[in-house]
Amino acid sequence: MINERLPAQDYSRIGYSFYHDPAIYKLEQERVFRGPTWSILGLEAEIPQPGDFRVVHVGETPVVLNRDSAGQVHAFVNRCAHRGAEIVREPYGNTADHTCIYHAWCYSHQGDLLGVPFQRGVNGKGGMPAGFDIREHGLTKLRVTCWKGAIFGTFSAATEPLESYLGPMMVENLGEILSRPLRILGYQRQRIDANWKLYAENTRDNYHASLLHDFLRTFGVDRLTQTGGITMDARHRHNITWAEAASDTAAFADDMYDKANISNESPRLRDRRVVAFRHEHPDKLNLAVTSVFPNSVFVQINNSLATRQIRPKGIDCHEVFQTLIGYADDDAATTADRLRQANLVGPAGFVSMEDGEAIEIAHRASTPQLGGATVIEMGGAGPITDRDYRVTDVGLRGFWSFYAELMGNEPTGALR
Amino acid sequence: MIQPAERDGVLALLADYGWLIDEGRFDDWLDLFAEDCVYKVVPRENLALGLPGCLMLCESKDMLRDRVMALREANKFNIHVPRHVIGLPRVTRGPADMLPADMLAVEAAYTVFQSDQEGESRLYSVGCYLDRVSTAGGVLRFKEKLVIVDSFAIPSLLATPL
Repeated sequence: MINERLPAQDYSRIGYSFYHDPAIYKLEQERVFRGPTWSILGLEAEIPQPGDFRVVHVGETPVVLNRDSAGQVHAFVNRCAHRGAEIVREPYGNTADHTCIYHAWCYSHQGDLLGVPFQRGVNGKGGMPAGFDIREHGLTKLRVTCWKGAIFGTFSAATEPLESYLGPMMVENLGEILSRPLRILGYQRQRIDANWKLYAENTRDNYHASLLHDFLRTFGVDRLTQTGGITMDARHRHNITWAEAASDTAAFADDMYDKANISNESPRLRDRRVVAFRHEHPDKLNLAVTSVFPNSVFVQINNSLATRQIRPKGIDCHEVFQTLIGYADDDAATTADRLRQANLVGPAGFVSMEDGEAIEIAHRASTPQLGGATVIEMGGAGPITDRDYRVTDVGLRGFWSFYAELMGNEPTGALR
Repeated sequence: MIQPAERDGVLALLADYGWLIDEGRFDDWLDLFAEDCVYKVVPRENLALGLPGCLMLCESKDMLRDRVMALREANKFNIHVPRHVIGLPRVTRGPADMLPADMLAVEAAYTVFQSDQEGESRLYSVGCYLDRVSTAGGVLRFKEKLVIVDSFAIPSLLATPL
């Protein structure tokens, strides 16, 4: 089975083989991760100074993110043009150039080849052929767009401009999250034994939030009484899974929130600072998980903020690389709040840890020997549209529709 | 100068710490902490970068109690048996003997294995403890426990305290 068409026009059925077939996985690296998509590479605040670099991943491909002497950000594949060795071995740092330790080929911040030792040989012997042109042997480069402090990259020359790729809805939403200069608070990594697409689906799944995550419901972070829903871009490839802390006017919202805090005030949670919530954006969202196809996620749970990169590590494993963020102008108390509420997210997060388990059991039992397919029709099958309610998994179908377009396995008469 | 009795006390405290987690005796485990304790689990990469972000951050004993309560009653996680192996502790009075007379600095390597329902075990976590242990009144309690995780690409998830 290689890349058969998906079974349902509305993507309400996904064969389990799509999570387990190595041929599919290989094709994804080419058509999804190196295809006409933008991946988040990092944040400008991670490499603030000229010469700062950081190694990241797009799909399984290691990529160096580097700020040059003039302040421009570049990204290139971390693979020497000579023998394919890893050039940058430190995860981050500051450097004038990058020299491969194997044969000392040297590259610039832009990924251009600067020099080859003994290119002309020694005493007229050896060396590269006369026709060897170092300008033709630079590193594989990504196109980079820095947008409101976030750095996106793409391998494909065909990828539309970032803002057009995001669409107006995502530009507005992410623009809000990225409205002020960011501060990096730390990293959290979670290595989940499951196919990466199960994670991408999970961030688009509003249905599971208050079913899987007892903590949310028990401690009033996220309640069934809240309004919420699924909002997608026009192509349905990106997604905001959201819930409002309350609804309607701000006064009503604050009032309801206070009441909710009281009514939900769990006598069992002894230190409620972990779930405290201050409104800090004009919207009322206290839970927003924003997914940018294919592998970028922005997360707000109460006042904890983070970006996530989904990094596939083979067909049956992925790393969720999470960057905890705040704003550069946060005062000490606000930073302390964000760090405390980071207890909600990440591999040890009261909320997020459970996604790791849910995704692993979904991967484990869905081995395709028995055939079979998922059932994705909560909130109704058929057209892929935004929803203003939470009991829906329509966002998953949006993900698959764009995935199938890129992979070339759309069903006949596919919905988009 | 560290007295033999102090060293013995630290050994017993660390032995209890790991054993009580592995046996699921979290009420007894909580008793090993001072009332005004701090418990942090920190990825080594954050420490190296001087970044404050943690995996677990309990700034009070109540937060630690809440962690235990969530583990028992709210959170869903991979069903496992943890097993701590804690190395010999290095016991001092801190850098340049700066700590007060009733406080010890304790550093120890740890490994935690996890075994699943099928009897398969994996090395789950490697790192070290950087602790401040109060000896006030002759009772040893963790005033501060900092768990530095070397294997910071956390396998699956982190529910049971390290």
